[in-house]
Amino acid sequence: MADPLIRAQGLSGGYGGAPAIAGLDFALPAGARVGLLGPNGGGKTTLFRALLGELPQVSGTLDIATRCGVVPQTERSRLDFPVSALDVALMGTLSRLPWWRRPSRADRRAALDALDRVGLRARAKDTFGELSGGQRQRVLIARALVQDAGVLLLDEPFAGLDDPSSRLLEDLLSQLARDGKGLLISTHEVEQAGGWDLVLCLNRRQVAFGRPDEVLTRDVLERTYGEHVVELPDGGRGVLPAHHCDHEHDPA
Amino acid sequence: MIDWLIDPFSDPILRRAALEVVLLGVTGGLLGCWIVFYELSYSAESLAHALFPGLVGAALLGIPIIVGGAAGLVVAALAVGLAGRVPGVGRDNATAVVVTTLFGAGALLALSRATPPGLGELLFGDVLGVSDGDLLAAGILAVTVVVALALLHGRLLAVAFDRSSARALGAAPGLVDAALLVLLAAAILVAVQGLGNLLVVAVLVGPAATARLLTQRMAPLMAWSVALAVVAGLGGLLFSYHADTAAGASIAVATVALWVAAHAARALRRTRRIALPSEAVR
Repeated sequence: MADPLIRAQGLSGGYGGAPAIAGLDFALPAGARVGLLGPNGGGKTTLFRALLGELPQVSGTLDIATRCGVVPQTERSRLDFPVSALDVALMGTLSRLPWWRRPSRADRRAALDALDRVGLRARAKDTFGELSGGQRQRVLIARALVQDAGVLLLDEPFAGLDDPSSRLLEDLLSQLARDGKGLLISTHEVEQAGGWDLVLCLNRRQVAFGRPDEVLTRDVLERTYGEHVVELPDGGRGVLPAHHCDHEHDPA
Repeated sequence: MIDWLIDPFSDPILRRAALEVVLLGVTGGLLGCWIVFYELSYSAESLAHALFPGLVGAALLGIPIIVGGAAGLVVAALAVGLAGRVPGVGRDNATAVVVTTLFGAGALLALSRATPPGLGELLFGDVLGVSDGDLLAAGILAVTVVVALALLHGRLLAVAFDRSSARALGAAPGLVDAALLVLLAAAILVAVQGLGNLLVVAVLVGPAATARLLTQRMAPLMAWSVALAVVAGLGGLLFSYHADTAAGASIAVATVALWVAAHAARALRRTRRIALPSEAVR
């Protein structure tokens, strides 16, 4: 197998006090969709920040062979802000532009191509805040593509989406994985993560990492979520997370 | 009507004032858009008031006002920073305490009997008495602000849009904030000469706040903001000429009047939009 895009060995990290995440051993191969499962406060956001190089304290080994692009939840951004979908996609060029340069025509073309790739080229001029939740999520993915990120870190991208939007997004993520991107997708939907290539269960420590059919056992889910696991009537498993109201925010 | 608009500008004093007002309008209109989005209006007002003792001190010592103002700004920034560190005070309270203290100290100096008269213009500005140096400073400031904002545009946008992921995008939020604050401080320092300590905020916040009511896009927002600042500036000058009122205050009133008018226009448009379908049913 080719070298993974990200490899963590004995990775711990935090904000200066006790480690917020510890004991992480995983590898993210190219072309894999990895579900990141864990309770609120379990360290999902902290792991993202470690991968982005923003965590003040990191120990262990972390090899990253590519650029990581972040795809935050869209309600973190200001929806009343006067930017178009194209403006948001163009923000992906900032990391490679020096201070004195403005985006060139080639940069604009790259941004339009990225919007095309997520199926939103026709909406390039629309105000970001007026797009639907699923469309906004896809614009933020386009922004990460403009960054030329090999790995996309998606923070609960399916939260609050209706079924058609979810299916569109699921198709897009599959396509990106086929194109060789590595995707780390934090989610509360255990069933959905079961359909992806790998899962990483995190509850301040790494509980498990591997193929969903091997990892998603009742024991692992209980150790990941504590007592919040419930048996669904159809035999499946569900999780009752303390949902979005107390979402894990940056402690900084 | 045309005479009413044009005649006053045959006066060279008013022409100079008009040039100053246009230059400050370009600066304030553009910078104001970011002041509004970065929620820095209170900081702008605080800085303008807190540098007052610096202005008075410079007038008393006979050194250039702009030097005193700059010294006043540094003292104010340090004082706010230090007061904010006192446990249990908090930044807002620290700012309020420092600003009133400094402004009070400045007023005490300015209004004491030993102080020569004429310091009132530090409070309310003297746009009709701008010197060549003032005009030059306003011109340099306008060019600097236009160039700096053009270069910073993408990063200012990214940080204001979503601060939490701005760093991962390479937008350097700390540097962007610092650059914006430096531009704001420079703008206050220069604009205070023409518009005075109390009224400078009008041109830095008013036009942009009004433009936000009119458009949802960044480029037209900036264009509207500059246009409104210039219209309010020239309109205020004309009004003060004909009605024999204070120029700086007239400009501030014109700025606020435009904001009220924009609000009323928007409310009217909304009411009409709601009213139309019911008329169609009838």
